[in-house]
Amino acid sequence: MPTKDEVFEKIQEALVEALGVDDDEVIPEATLVGDLGAESIDFLDIVFRLEKSFEIKIPRGELFPEDVFTDARFVDDGRVNEAGMAELRKRLPFFSNLDEFAKNPVVQDFGSLLTVADMCGFVEGKVEVSG
Amino acid sequence: MRWYWIDRFLEFESGRRAKAVKNVSLAEEHLHDHFPHYPLMPNSLVIEGVAQTGGLLVCEHGRFEEKVVLAKVSKAVFHCEAVPGDTLIYTTLVSDIREDGAMVTGASHLGDRLQAEIELVFAHLDEEYLGKELFEPGDLLKMMRIFGAFDVGRAADGSPLADRYPLEL
Repeated sequence: MPTKDEVFEKIQEALVEALGVDDDEVIPEATLVGDLGAESIDFLDIVFRLEKSFEIKIPRGELFPEDVFTDARFVDDGRVNEAGMAELRKRLPFFSNLDEFAKNPVVQDFGSLLTVADMCGFVEGKVEVSG
Repeated sequence: MRWYWIDRFLEFESGRRAKAVKNVSLAEEHLHDHFPHYPLMPNSLVIEGVAQTGGLLVCEHGRFEEKVVLAKVSKAVFHCEAVPGDTLIYTTLVSDIREDGAMVTGASHLGDRLQAEIELVFAHLDEEYLGKELFEPGDLLKMMRIFGAFDVGRAADGSPLADRYPLEL
């Protein structure tokens, strides 16, 4: 059973390998897109590494809910509507910046708000964490 | 010009691993253009060869029905040069495969010497590309035949790979 520190260290290692960044750039408050330069294909790479490192399964859309953003029920003119926000709150309890996103819910901006700490929260929700 | 960057499969285990050979020849035009008067196998084409070795594994796993593209070179570390007369052996291992893509680790060896270490991410293109052809129908099977994959290939249960494609052969 990993500790929270061990979860962070493994995520740090995955992000260093997937994004080619330095250890010291991967801090909890760093955003994946804005600070660490992740592009859309990097999320698939990151998912592969997290699955291997933590021996977990991450179904498509669980970490990055692209299906919500392409669903006409949840998006109006490139902005997530109320039903979409409700769906995101239900599916992404680990996403700390959801309230921030709700102020101006432009679909394209969503990825830029995901932080390293959010990824830790996501993984901690899937593995038993001690300490 | 044909975009073939391996010469032949030596091993092909469906969905798992493959090994291919690439002979570097002075007759190849690109060796003379890369560094004039210093013929050298370009590292980018070693990556392409490893990508073809692993990419066909990913394509075959999906019975060539998914639209598979090389999406990312996560790692490419080269330890030595490959020059005319060298025989490179590419080995690839599918470390993970899922509905939206696959991760492949690869290596290039020159004899016993590790020449390059490669990590690749392949993506399965989604619906917005479904109506577009990336390759002519049958192109990938043709590559498999030319590379000899059906001569050495095995399905996951150990049976000959050729038995899975009776109509195409």
